[in-house]
Amino acid sequence: MAEESNPNGEPRTLAPLGRRAARVTANRSVGAYRLIEALDLGGPIDPRPGQFYMLATAAGWGAGEDERPYLPRAFSFARVRAESGRPELGFLVEAIGPGTARLAALEVGEDLLLTGPLGVGFSAPAGGGALLVGGGIGVAPILAWHDALGDAAPVLLGFRSSPHAGAAALFAGAPLVATDDGSTGRRALVTELLRERLDDSRPGALPIVYACGPPPMLEAVRAICSERDVRAELALEAGMACGYGACFGCVVPTRAGYLRLCVDGPVLDAAALETAVAPGAGH
Amino acid sequence: MTATVELCGQKLEGPVLNGSGTFDAIAALRTFGDALLDEFPFHAYVSKTITMAPRAGNPPPRLWETPAGLINSIGLPNKGLEGFLDEDLPRLGRLPVPLIVSVMGFSVDELGALAAAAGHRDEVAMVELNVSCPNVETGLVIGADAAETGRAVERCRGLTPKPLVVKLTPTAADPAAIAAAAEGAGADAVSLVNTLRGMALHPRTGEPWLGGGSGGLSGPAIRAIALEQVHSVAAALSIPVIGMGGVQTGTHAADLMRAGAACVAVGTESFRDPAAGRRVAAELTALQPLSGPVPAASGA
Repeated sequence: MAEESNPNGEPRTLAPLGRRAARVTANRSVGAYRLIEALDLGGPIDPRPGQFYMLATAAGWGAGEDERPYLPRAFSFARVRAESGRPELGFLVEAIGPGTARLAALEVGEDLLLTGPLGVGFSAPAGGGALLVGGGIGVAPILAWHDALGDAAPVLLGFRSSPHAGAAALFAGAPLVATDDGSTGRRALVTELLRERLDDSRPGALPIVYACGPPPMLEAVRAICSERDVRAELALEAGMACGYGACFGCVVPTRAGYLRLCVDGPVLDAAALETAVAPGAGH
Repeated sequence: MTATVELCGQKLEGPVLNGSGTFDAIAALRTFGDALLDEFPFHAYVSKTITMAPRAGNPPPRLWETPAGLINSIGLPNKGLEGFLDEDLPRLGRLPVPLIVSVMGFSVDELGALAAAAGHRDEVAMVELNVSCPNVETGLVIGADAAETGRAVERCRGLTPKPLVVKLTPTAADPAAIAAAAEGAGADAVSLVNTLRGMALHPRTGEPWLGGGSGGLSGPAIRAIALEQVHSVAAALSIPVIGMGGVQTGTHAADLMRAGAACVAVGTESFRDPAAGRRVAAELTALQPLSGPVPAASGA
């Protein structure tokens, strides 16, 4: 697990100042997603799971629909591996707009422009251990956290259907999988798996829940954990322009007022939130 | 090595600033650590706009990507004057470059009080007056009216000896006339352009996308407008102009300077690359300057 290298004690690894180029080493399909891997020669080897990078391509950024994309796109890293002592980062991408479409089309040898790692990652579990919950493309930081914690941490994953559930194959061990249509694993919402799991836990051995996924899923996780006095950390999503606190564009409402998700998150303690469904989230 | 420039009696190591509200040095320190101080991207730092009372800002969503640009509806979130002076200013005083504090008031009295309080502090080299705001007493946007702008600058001039920079409003009918009124009332410099009003509709519901209804457009999409306004304003003034709007490269900065800007600011490009200011400065230094000024506008 990455050491906490931030002087403020936040679970955050500092980013080099400025955008840099990473060389794409692989782009393969993982179910309905692409897994883009890139060798980040200028970046730290120990980004904290839950942290993210702002991504753009060196060529053809701005050449898509409506002359977009213009701004970089925020992605939590899904894995980090040491290649001769240098970090090889993996990002899970689904082409849903001009930015993600361009990223998904990256070819081996191309330059991926990135800034990061950014934001605050997951904090270390204590006592009862960790329970990991991922939904859809939100399985990305859950995968990185699972790699860091080791295979012992149980993983619950939810997907729309079988093609998306292909991402479960990236996990070591045997994650429990649910799909909306039952085409892979159980026909259920992943939050139903979570509820069952928590209700089966001994009262003195409740885990910390770490979750990332679409806003309605995170809201259900927040409510389920809140009802049971289970601590939860949620990796949220918001549209971002900069990723490092400059633009104030990515705020989410919390009990303490608006927080910038890019510097105060993207991982937030669920207790800080009245709801995980924020306006504009997931667009 | 960038040549030093003098702005309002203040020596800067180069001509590249940040646009107000486009770089939060305190958040950047959390993200990049002390490397930010060693490789600070700008030759002077302009704070986010401070208001008298704390503001939460506009409800999200606050951002919309356009072709080559960004509409933001942020709503000036800030800690208010007292919170800024107590908590943020001592930290901004650690930055290795001169500090320009941006303030906005909802009346001439309030603007004057903010300028006086900010100008009173040793950490502050200059005060920027954000006049893109309605005066609650008259209902007029101060920066859209020459007489209002003149009154506002005159008030601040009497309350602080620090250099005053007036951030002009690009939606004014005649920015050069507003700028001339600011100069006449004692402004030491003007900066332009601020963002232009823009709007986006939700792709599915057709309702306004931004939580604030509309917002300000920035980025390369407004570069040509900025160049024209800097050119016409600089021609009408003898005080220095800080030019900005869509600057992404040294060439863009050089164009603004050729149009009459003494300094330039990088704004939205910093969102794409936090070290953009440094890169723009290096590219600017490497350029061969074109000779002669840009001819005056023909009025055609």
